[in-house]
Order: sequence, then C-alpha cells, then structure tokens
Amino acid sequence: MLTTFQMQALLTAAVWTAGLSLIAFVLGGAVGLLIAVMRVSANRVLRGIAFTYIQIVQGTPLLVMMMLAFFGLSILGFDLTPFAAASFAMVIYSSAYFGEIWRGGILAVPKTQWEAAECLALHPVQRFWLVIIPQGLRISTPPTVGFMVQIVKNTSLASVIGVAELTYTSKLINNSTFQPFIIFSVVAVLYFCMCYPLAWWSRKLEDKLNVAHR
Amino acid sequence: MSPIVKLNNVSKSFGSLHVLQGVSFDVAAGSVVAIIGRSGSGKSTALRCINGLEKINSGEITVCNHHLHHDVTRAQLRALHLDVGIVFQSYNLFPHLTVGQNIMLAPRWVRKQSKSEAHEHAAEVLRKVGLAEKFDAYPEQLSGGQQQRVAIARSLAMEPKLMLFDEVTSALDPELTGEVLKVMESLARDGMTMVLVTHEMAFAKGVADKIVFMHQGRVWEEGGGEMLSAPQTPELRQFVGNGL
Repeated sequence: MLTTFQMQALLTAAVWTAGLSLIAFVLGGAVGLLIAVMRVSANRVLRGIAFTYIQIVQGTPLLVMMMLAFFGLSILGFDLTPFAAASFAMVIYSSAYFGEIWRGGILAVPKTQWEAAECLALHPVQRFWLVIIPQGLRISTPPTVGFMVQIVKNTSLASVIGVAELTYTSKLINNSTFQPFIIFSVVAVLYFCMCYPLAWWSRKLEDKLNVAHR
Repeated sequence: MSPIVKLNNVSKSFGSLHVLQGVSFDVAAGSVVAIIGRSGSGKSTALRCINGLEKINSGEITVCNHHLHHDVTRAQLRALHLDVGIVFQSYNLFPHLTVGQNIMLAPRWVRKQSKSEAHEHAAEVLRKVGLAEKFDAYPEQLSGGQQQRVAIARSLAMEPKLMLFDEVTSALDPELTGEVLKVMESLARDGMTMVLVTHEMAFAKGVADKIVFMHQGRVWEEGGGEMLSAPQTPELRQFVGNGL
C-alpha cells in the first residue's frame, strides 16, 4: 500500500495539475477570446492571422509544444522553468481550441440579433460586446466545459519536461515502490475527481440551454 | 404637413431579382401608413430600406432629414437609427437580458442616460404597453404577444420620431395579435408617425391614414382606407377579395 508520505506527494502533485489547468483556463481563455474575436472580425488580415494560429496549433501535438516551449525556447535564450514552459504551451494550446469553439458560438447567434442591435443605434463595438458575445459564449458553454476536461487530462503531458504534476510524481513513486496497479489507480481516481465535476457541469448546462431554446 | 419619409424612385435588387422597381411614396409627420401586398411584393424590403437595413441601388430616400442613397456611410446610418425605431416580426429581443435590461440597453449606452433615469424611463414605456410587472422577466418567459410589446417598448425608449413595424403580428394567434394591435393603435392616437407592413386588413383600414398597395416591386395603388372597399386595379381587387 501507499505510505502517507507517498499519498501526500500525490496530493501535492494534484494541486500542480489543478494549477496548470487553471492557468490554461484563465489565460488560455483570455487569449482564446481574442483569437475568436479576430476570427470573426471584418478585417481580413486579423482573420487570416487567427486562422493560421489555430491551424498551426491544432496541427501540432501538445507533447511537441511542451518540448518546444521548454527546450526550444531555452536555445533562444528564454530560460523557463518547467512549470512556466508547460504553462506557456498549455495557454497556446487551449487558446486555439477555445478560439475555435467560441468562433462557432458567435457565428451561431442569429443575424437578426445584429440587426436589432444596429437599429437601436448601438455602435458596432457595443453590438458585439453587449449583444453578440454574451449570447455566443452562452451557446458555446457546453463544448467549452467539455474541452476543459481535455485540458485537465492533457496537463499530464507536462510530465515529459519534468513538471512535478500528478503523472510525473506517480511515475517517480512507482519507480521506487513497483506498485503500478495501486499507484496508477489512485492517480486515475484523482484525475477523475477533477474531471467529473466539469463533465457533470457541462451536461447540466447543456440541459439548461436546451430548455431555453426549446 | 411636410413628409417625414419620402421615397423617390427607389430601386433595389438582390442579384438578378428586382425587388423594388421605382417605388415612390410619402409619409406625413404624425400619420400612419400601412403597406400591404402579397408575399414577395417588396413591401418588407421597402420598409427595411427606410431604415437602411437594405442598401438601395438607385433613387433616394429621405427619412427625418437623413438622406439615403446607394453609398450611405455607417455614420449616417447610425444617425438615422437614433431617429427611427423598428419592430420585427420575430421580436428579436436579446434573450440573455431581462425585459428591463433589453429596454435600458440602448438608452444607457447610446443616449448615455444614468441608471436611475433609464430605469424610470423603461418602467414608463413598459407601462405604456401594459407590461409594467414584467420588468425582471426574461423574454423566454413571456408569450409571443408580450415579447412583441416589449420590443415595441424597447423601440419607444429611444424616443424615435418614426416607428417602423415589419409584419409584427404575423407570428401571433388572433388573441395575441389583438393585444399588440391595441398598443399600436394607442401609439397612433398619441401622434406617433408609423409605417407598417401588415396583413391585418381591418387594422390597416381602421387606423392607417394612408394605404400603399405594392405589387411586383411597384406601388400599385395608394389612398385612404376607402381604397380597400373600392379597389381600382384588378390586382388589389383580387388581393382584398380573399381578405375582407
């Protein structure tokens, strides 16, 4: 069985996993919103930049992005700690997906809502932020939360660059105790405890939105 | 009285489809004008051109001293929207905002009213449409007729000089239609200038000072309410023959 010390180490690692996830949610969400807005902008250059960004990020494995952020950037002179590099990669990764999810939500807002806002003499920027964005984000809430589950699970890839999160720590413990079944079961449960509330919330939101749209 | 809206030889096409072909008519300040006609006759398009939702290809429209032609700028359109309100067939309330927030949005952000001022004003226009108690409800909790009355109140809160109504009762059953028409009738009594596209012939006949019958993108016949009882053209005769 696991010792108290090992259990404590796993719980501490779980906090790092949660922290990395939170950074991806918050900073990735902020950058993602910017990407989504650029993606639906009337300006062709902005649209093109956002499109290219999304294509490149979605076409690159997160694992490779982690390595690039840690080893690649250090060659360029940015000496990031493993956690900083992992955060950087997670933010890039999540922002591209958030951007694409929210773009879909924004485009799903009926054109008549733009018209109604225009006819009330709202400025184009006001139309967008007061009328369209709140509805677009609401429409995309279920897939957003669904993707947050992916983010939590994908933080495990940060183990390859030595971030002491859940997966990395569990491997360390396993290397000294050789109890893979017990250790990885505990780790699976810990991941599940973080993901399940998100999945549950996502389903809940989906039900609620379906009722509202009848 | 001088016309508040003047359409002069307005043409509009969507690709090869000529929706408006030289439409001209006036709306006197303080009057109610009903545009009637078959589906596809161009009546809704004419209305949408009046507040710049559709850009016209040729001709000229003057609305409350704003001049619209084929290359109108965004700033000109915004100035126009300060003077002209429109109510749509599908209400188009903002579903993420309460009734009160829907009404206060534009007065607060566009007219820069203070919160208390906008609140007071919103309550007043809601009272006018008979929904004072629905201030904190969400649109989805209201019936179609109530939503449409909120949409009217939302427009009124901007104190427009002209109100446009685009088939506002077409999605409603007769009972709900009645409650919306009552609100519009009271607006007409208060002297609001109104242009409405409608299929409610009895309402057009009873409330409108002028009726414009459109057919194939042209003004086919125009006149007072008596026009419907004594149509001059076979097209209008056939149109009202099915309605009255």
